[in-house]
Amino acid sequence: MNLVHILFWFLSALTLFSALMVILSKNPVHSVLWLILVFFAISGHYVLLNAQFLAIVNLIVYAGAIMVLFLFVIMLLNLNKETEPKKNVWMKLAGTIAGGCFLISVTNVIYNAQTSSAELVNKTTLMGKGSIGLIENLGKTLFTDYVIPFEISSVLFLSAMVGAVIIGKKK
Amino acid sequence: MPIQYYIYLALALFCIGIVGVLTRRNAIIVFMCIELMLNAVNLLLVAFSQMHQNAVYATNKVTSAGIEGQLFVFFIMVVAAAEVSVGLAIIVMLYRNTRSVDINFLNRLKN
Repeated sequence: MNLVHILFWFLSALTLFSALMVILSKNPVHSVLWLILVFFAISGHYVLLNAQFLAIVNLIVYAGAIMVLFLFVIMLLNLNKETEPKKNVWMKLAGTIAGGCFLISVTNVIYNAQTSSAELVNKTTLMGKGSIGLIENLGKTLFTDYVIPFEISSVLFLSAMVGAVIIGKKK
Repeated sequence: MPIQYYIYLALALFCIGIVGVLTRRNAIIVFMCIELMLNAVNLLLVAFSQMHQNAVYATNKVTSAGIEGQLFVFFIMVVAAAEVSVGLAIIVMLYRNTRSVDINFLNRLKN
């Protein structure tokens, strides 16, 4: 049990607990704050896997930009515990059962595969080593092999920006 | 770490997202649960990319095996950011028309 293992279990527990609190919190603002904690924990996982570029981008884009946008909208609409729509308890139960069935069935598949499938037996991830997560290598690949998807994503951003403005403006 | 630990973790995170989408009625929370599911997939992609790196790392220290997984995560983040901007604009418009973010109001789209 070395430091990497301890950090892995700690971050996993933090991720799952915060994710549960996201869907259990009654106040939407608390949900957003728990979700930011989830993103920080996932960034910690990326650092453990030596994906340093993605760890920083995850913090800047998700925890920084997207969550601030969510928080802005929640505060703009003045949502709180009292305005939270109530859902039928049977619908909640049905949703939980549906999600649980998915969890159980896929867990069963993985559990059977991890002892029999050649894709999974004795496969481990490289922790804290390897150079593919560094910005130098990612940038080189991005601007040589993947330059066309990169340019297309800029068109996607432009159209999303125009779309958001058109949808959001008052008629 | 063995790869199946990461698979179980991402699976649990994904299922929490599914349960959140199915049980909550606030449109913004539903949207946040979708982000949760996207992040579960991102984590799994990075873990798989490091797994492929590990397969050749012992013999070749400067290999770029598995780098596609991390680039894919990068593009998923791009798409997620675009999706959030449009989605939140739709939610604000929904609120302006109905004075509520309850997704059950959307069933009036049926008529």
